[in-house]
Amino acid sequence: MSDMTYTKDMFQKVKRESYHADEIKRPTIKYWADVWRRLKMNKLAMTGLFILIIMGIMSIIGPHLSGFDYKEQDYSQVNIRPNSTYWFGTDELGRDLFSRAWLGTRYSLLIGIAAALIDFGIGVIYGGIAGISSRKVDAIMMRIAEVIYSIPYMLVVVLISVVFSTAGSGTSMFVLIFAMTITGWVPMANLVRGQVLQLREFEYSMASESLGASKGWILRKHIIPNSFGPILVNVTLTIPRAIFSEATLSFMGLGLQLPKPSLGTLANDGLAVMPIGLFYQILIPSILISLIMFSFNVLGDGLRDALDPRLRK
Amino acid sequence: MAKYILKRFALGIVTIWAVITITFILMHSVPGNPFATESRKIPPNIMENLMKKYGLDKPKSEQYIMYLKNIAKFDFGESMKSDSETVNQIIARGFPVSARLGLQSILIALIFGPALGAIAALYQNKIPDYVAMIISIIGVSVPSFVLGSFLIQFVATKVEWIPIGGWGEFRHTLLPSFALAVMPLARFSRLMRSSMLEILGQDYIKTAKSKGISKFAVIMKHAVRNAILPIISILGTTVSDLVVGSFVIEKIFGIPGLGQFFTTSVFNRDYTLIMGVTVFYALVLISAMLLVDIAYMLIDPRIRLTKEGH
Repeated sequence: MSDMTYTKDMFQKVKRESYHADEIKRPTIKYWADVWRRLKMNKLAMTGLFILIIMGIMSIIGPHLSGFDYKEQDYSQVNIRPNSTYWFGTDELGRDLFSRAWLGTRYSLLIGIAAALIDFGIGVIYGGIAGISSRKVDAIMMRIAEVIYSIPYMLVVVLISVVFSTAGSGTSMFVLIFAMTITGWVPMANLVRGQVLQLREFEYSMASESLGASKGWILRKHIIPNSFGPILVNVTLTIPRAIFSEATLSFMGLGLQLPKPSLGTLANDGLAVMPIGLFYQILIPSILISLIMFSFNVLGDGLRDALDPRLRK
Repeated sequence: MAKYILKRFALGIVTIWAVITITFILMHSVPGNPFATESRKIPPNIMENLMKKYGLDKPKSEQYIMYLKNIAKFDFGESMKSDSETVNQIIARGFPVSARLGLQSILIALIFGPALGAIAALYQNKIPDYVAMIISIIGVSVPSFVLGSFLIQFVATKVEWIPIGGWGEFRHTLLPSFALAVMPLARFSRLMRSSMLEILGQDYIKTAKSKGISKFAVIMKHAVRNAILPIISILGTTVSDLVVGSFVIEKIFGIPGLGQFFTTSVFNRDYTLIMGVTVFYALVLISAMLLVDIAYMLIDPRIRLTKEGH
């Protein structure tokens, strides 16, 4: 024991307000702010996001930067390699590839995002309804979805493009998106249904239900906001899939209507002149499309990690 | 279990029927008749004969039933554009080529993909992990048509032994099989890595280790065997992706496979060939998915139990 003596004047009364030991001193971080904070720590995902922002901006302003129109043909300037006038060179019709490449990026991004958003819309509605319906209705709805999903995706896309396009002139963007979403919504519906089945068993949903809330209310107020994370990841990963399908289709010659370029049609044009040593014409759209795919993939992966509560520190 | 297989089988039949019906409706909703797109004018009496030959003069419902009956006999009819060949003959000529390409690719992917993923998981956050993940992220991001044309530019034109295109000998198959294999390989390795990481943290791995089994045996017998299950579950959709990939790869390397015939039939508006090849592809893919499902169930007893519990 120490020989220190405690005297009364060493103590003082604690003021009432400093009693609050359970007071939260640090500012609370909202859920999405926390997700963003963790996403920011993922360098690969941030690189992806950065590339996507740059490409998004370039897809808007890029076609106007070089001063050449994307469909203007100049037969005196055919197959010119990239130089200071034609930054990405010209194709075999003398069109400026810089304008065409960024316009192609624009269409590829638009198609990817539109297809993913439509898949998202249909998937959420269908999956949500299946999830809150009775077992029987749910089983029937999921069987139908299963049949639709086992129809090979590309065959449907090809068939639809055949039916709705006139020979030789390609497909309109609208038809292309429509064809891709016919079977594309099913994984999203499955995901939403799974989330709904899981979340509606949680206490807060049951509490809400016992207070007399309708199914629609529970779906809107509790289930959809809480399943938003996995859905967002799914959307982010659907976009590159749609872009890839469009590029593949265009590469097969079934893509966008001429003379509109997409990255796939540009690569297809490039393949035709590759044997005569003009490799740059396939190289440029190839790099752009690979960059888009890469960025969406790493961003999606990063989002998944950032949203995973098991990885939270 | 038999009940489950039967159920899957029935679902497969319904799906094939749906594909046939959708294909039929779509192909018959194309405006105009299939012969009208040709540049030369066809005299009315010849046109009538043509319509009769392909059964197009009969009512739609009758045509539909005829078509269903013929498919049940595996008869896809005659090609509209090539006079000498039936659709069956074209499939018989093109499918073995495509099947060989596809099988070789999936073999490459199945050998190297899981191995890469397993190595990545065993060396988590070390250099082998980073290398494996860089390879797989590139594999997922680079479309097969880009990879194919790069291989031609940088390998086939440089190495004399490897041809730029064509088909026949084994050396013709090397580059296209590799180009087609990269995407599934990358996907397998990513999946393998995450499932392997999950399993390495399981208690039974600790138990196995504490029993004093060699590290190699723990990894091979306990970790890899369990971690590979998710890969088997996505094999079915992978086959379907390979078919799409083969359209492109066959075009780039000039391979006379079914994908080529399909693409040309689409350009030529050869409706019987489009319908025939579509239905044939659907048959192949849906059977593949069915087989994978059954195989999965036989391999993983946990699935068998839950399915029976229903």
